[in-house]
Amino acid sequence: MKGWIRTRFMRIGEKGMAIADAARGALVAAGGVGLFLASMTRATFNRGFEFREFAYQCFKMGYKSVPLISFTGAIIGLVLTIQSRPVMIEFGAVSMLPSMVSVSLIREMGPVITALICAGKIGSGIGAELGSMRVTEQIDAMEVSATNPMRFLVVTRVLAATLMIPLLVLYADLMGILGSWAGVNIKGDVSFVLFFSQAFGIIEFIDFIPAVIKTFFFGAVIGIVGAYKGFNAGRGTESVGVAANSAVVLSSLIVIIVDVIAVQITDMWIS
Amino acid sequence: MSDVAANPAPSDPIIAVTKLTKSFGAATVLSDVSFTLNQQENLVVLGKSGSGKSVLVKLIVGLLSANGGSIKVFDQEVTKLNENDLNQLRQKIGFLFQSGALYDSMSVRENLEFPLRRIRKNLNREERDAKIQEVLDSVGLADSIDMMPSELSGGMRKRIGLARTIVVDPMIMLYDEPTTGLDPTTSHEISELILKVQEDYKTSSIIITHDIACARIVANRLLMLQDGKVYKEGVLDDFENSDDIVIQSFFRSI
Repeated sequence: MKGWIRTRFMRIGEKGMAIADAARGALVAAGGVGLFLASMTRATFNRGFEFREFAYQCFKMGYKSVPLISFTGAIIGLVLTIQSRPVMIEFGAVSMLPSMVSVSLIREMGPVITALICAGKIGSGIGAELGSMRVTEQIDAMEVSATNPMRFLVVTRVLAATLMIPLLVLYADLMGILGSWAGVNIKGDVSFVLFFSQAFGIIEFIDFIPAVIKTFFFGAVIGIVGAYKGFNAGRGTESVGVAANSAVVLSSLIVIIVDVIAVQITDMWIS
Repeated sequence: MSDVAANPAPSDPIIAVTKLTKSFGAATVLSDVSFTLNQQENLVVLGKSGSGKSVLVKLIVGLLSANGGSIKVFDQEVTKLNENDLNQLRQKIGFLFQSGALYDSMSVRENLEFPLRRIRKNLNREERDAKIQEVLDSVGLADSIDMMPSELSGGMRKRIGLARTIVVDPMIMLYDEPTTGLDPTTSHEISELILKVQEDYKTSSIIITHDIACARIVANRLLMLQDGKVYKEGVLDDFENSDDIVIQSFFRSI
């Protein structure tokens, strides 16, 4: 009987220790993120903004993502139109197809899908680049050159992502609507002018502004998560892959969470 | 910067490390390490892998924080400097990393321009170009100015890394394993280059190595670390003629 009680207590003790370890790990991680954000904020508002590096990152993240965003944006619009058309015909609302597609694209599909694609392309790029710089001591070299790596590497990338992703989303929306026009014309004959007047006729301020505002948050999340994972990569080469991979997974997850919150706030605002 | 820091007296040590201690978790890497570096002296720090050599130079330049003890560089206490003062001090220190640590996304010219733009802000474009050309000539790689780091061999990367550190005319050079991973001929060339930098730029240097051939060429004085402590300090002859088993086994094993 005594042995049974002792075993039970030992098991409870082990579980308690495991929970305490997990809690300590979570607190340490939260503290690390907090320190990183505080250091980044301080570096952002310190004198000596690295404009050349910021401009280069804008070019790299924005301009170099244009082919991918063009293709995916157009395909989303095209597929959405082709998939929706039979249902719209069934309800006798095929004339509403351009409006439905444009509202879907501008409110939700364009921002979220573009952000997820950017989490893959831009977030992993930042994570891998900074992770590789950490492993090969390039970040240390920058620090001993009397340059704040937080200001040169992190602030420039986070600001570039925050600025470029909203622009890429707007561009993806436009390409999606073009793709939709192509989709409508596969089985019909709608002029460009008529399609666009139908597509944009229904768009209101309330559709457009919240969707654009949330993309700034998406951009910031992708930049911050990528930079955090890369900047805090371990010492081995394996850490580079881990940093890139976890940057994509975590930023995609947070983008979706931010989207849910943004949708709730927009819904409350409208009602 | 104080006047003492700007113009140290010839007899003053440039670096004075006293009872330095560094731990990572439960593991103590350096314990009660004390030594000095004098002006225009090459101090070679020897020791087996894991003896805390690289940690020592990273503490001196403020890349790591010490757990105890004192590090004075130009009479300034590194462990107590704020970020701005530390950056001011770092402008006088060149650090050659084991891998060269060249910025992969930048060409050789951009790598050399990077510290120049930040530390020698008063230079115009022509003066920067002239300085870059001068240091590339010094390391014998004037033709590689437009190459990318990925196009350079290991020895070339070390040379360009060295050029990047001397381009801002540092008063102190810290070399972290400068000959590791190089063939004997290139190692010899790099060792000769370290001597040339000392003569041309009047630098005081700490050279972390376990390459005895390199130590024989560059050392004015040696210091050996063993299990995170200073095991022996002296000139090369003191080490080569030592009867101590640890020193002898170290010299014979390399």
